[in-house]
Amino acid sequence: MKFEKYGVKPTRHGFAQGLVELGEENKDVVVFGADVTGSVKTSEFQKKFPERFFSIGIAEQNATTIAVGFALSGKVSVFSTYSAFAAFRNADQIRVSVCYNDANVKIGGGHSGVTVGPDGATHQSLEEVSWLRALPNMTLVVPCDFEETRKAIKLVGRMHGPAYVRFGRSDVPMFTTEDTPLEYGKAQVFKEGNDVAIVANGIMVWRALEAAQKLKENHGIEARVINNAFVKPMDEHTITNAAIECGCMVTAEEHQVIGGLSGAVAEVVAKNFPVPIEFVGMKDTFGGSGEPEELMEHYNLNWQAIYASALVAIDRKKNGFKKVRKLIDIPEYSENL
Amino acid sequence: MTNQVEFKQYTFDNRERTNQEFAEVANTLRQDIIKSLLLAKSGHSGGPLGISDLMSVLYFGGYMNYDPENPNMFGRDRFVLSAGHMAPVLYSTLARAGYFECAELATLRKLGTRLQGHPGLDVHLPGIETSSGSLGQGVSIAVGMAMSDKFVDKNDAAVYCITGDGELQEGACWEAAMAASNYDLSNLCWIVDNNDCQIDGRVKDIMDVYPIKEKFESFNFSVIEIDGHNYDEIKKAIEFFKENQISENNKPTCIIAKTYMGKGVSFMHDKYSWHGNPPNSEQAEIALSELNMEKD
Repeated sequence: MKFEKYGVKPTRHGFAQGLVELGEENKDVVVFGADVTGSVKTSEFQKKFPERFFSIGIAEQNATTIAVGFALSGKVSVFSTYSAFAAFRNADQIRVSVCYNDANVKIGGGHSGVTVGPDGATHQSLEEVSWLRALPNMTLVVPCDFEETRKAIKLVGRMHGPAYVRFGRSDVPMFTTEDTPLEYGKAQVFKEGNDVAIVANGIMVWRALEAAQKLKENHGIEARVINNAFVKPMDEHTITNAAIECGCMVTAEEHQVIGGLSGAVAEVVAKNFPVPIEFVGMKDTFGGSGEPEELMEHYNLNWQAIYASALVAIDRKKNGFKKVRKLIDIPEYSENL
Repeated sequence: MTNQVEFKQYTFDNRERTNQEFAEVANTLRQDIIKSLLLAKSGHSGGPLGISDLMSVLYFGGYMNYDPENPNMFGRDRFVLSAGHMAPVLYSTLARAGYFECAELATLRKLGTRLQGHPGLDVHLPGIETSSGSLGQGVSIAVGMAMSDKFVDKNDAAVYCITGDGELQEGACWEAAMAASNYDLSNLCWIVDNNDCQIDGRVKDIMDVYPIKEKFESFNFSVIEIDGHNYDEIKKAIEFFKENQISENNKPTCIIAKTYMGKGVSFMHDKYSWHGNPPNSEQAEIALSELNMEKD
């Protein structure tokens, strides 16, 4: 597969479009709003299908369990708000009423990660992947751009059971197309290579492709780039094959390193074919105010961090263990690397 | 005692009954509760005994539209036990309604059972509409069911839900109440089991939820307060709901049922210490003999 950036759009727009398409193909799809419907774009569905849209107000717990009530009445319930409230405020409701019931509830977690920007740490959800992937029955998708988010909500909307789709507020590169595959529980190899595997999801996938390009230009390193949109269920085969064939890995996510995609990849690799892994993500800190791109640089959620981490991973593969490092120690980039 | 426990197979149909007949049904439910808890060696005694009279009228008085032969019948009335810890009375009710064999009541809380400590949808026990047990969630699910019936399926079905009074300390209950009145859910019947007991003590001492009536009225519910052990009053309350359902005031109904925890067993009567305990062998023997005497 070959990818080129052909524009920018927020992933929430993809969610909105996919949701409308889902509503068109299935009249049992009902959507619940928790006041920020213009922000997470469920207002698009509301405009088109007002009789299937229900405003619950600023009450995320109630919205979640009401969505369950509809699901237990044979409907496909979709609830969306900011991830900061769509995955935490209603945590118990998700565990008991959504997942234990195996209810047909899809949650759209919008405004995720630091790219929500100036709103600051209270609104920058960076931990939901860690906790949601521990829940039985849950499907968890972190799509990488507009088009993949559109496909993701349609895909989970067509299957039975709980699902969470994580997306963001800000403009991000568009590079996948209608033809790019997205399959349930499958990771996709976006670039072939056998020197190091970069496993990324969400908006870090584009940065992983950028890092792979630089590694090739500067060092002739062929990195395999894997888009791991499904954090649950994990694609154990693709990840294990990458460990076997590349011998070292880097993970990259706009999320805490602790327990996120990093944790999920480490679990698969440790169980099947242990190799060195470097982790790019939030380093056990909260976010803060700033413009999205400034924040991505500030917290080293950029191609440079992936690039530097790939070099360290390859060094560890060749030269073995050197010293004990902290989980959150992420290699620093400099011009001469 | 444990060896002598058996659950004779007989069921009750869902029809108009005399108060004497309701008492007989409730007595059976209470005996089932004591027996299943004795065998389980853990679980909640007080609450289930306290709502047995309510369950007797609700399920066996010809009010609810359900079919044990077709538990997922489209357009059925639904019942949600938001206070999921009172599961033993729900299991007995469903068995006596004919949803499954009464002998299965002996499996309460045992490994592999469909009669989980709190109701679980994953084990597919017929008649269970949702998992419940994390307080405050069931009633919000009931609100969602009532909305789905009213606005999407556009049927005449009713959704009944029982919460505890201590459960009202959960903020989620009031989010549910707000939505119920916002969406004019006249098809929702919310029954508050007002026994004034919770694990730690009297509800008013732990966190005062009173006045309950005025709270629900201010949330725009039609409210009726009844003696939850008086069959005439229970019938009146359900009829009050049914009138609300077809009236044009579009209000959800709240039935505040004053009950006694442990009702029917002298040494459990109104004792909050019986919230979360099962009877031992001796206690069960006394309880069952009291219930048998009452029956005779």
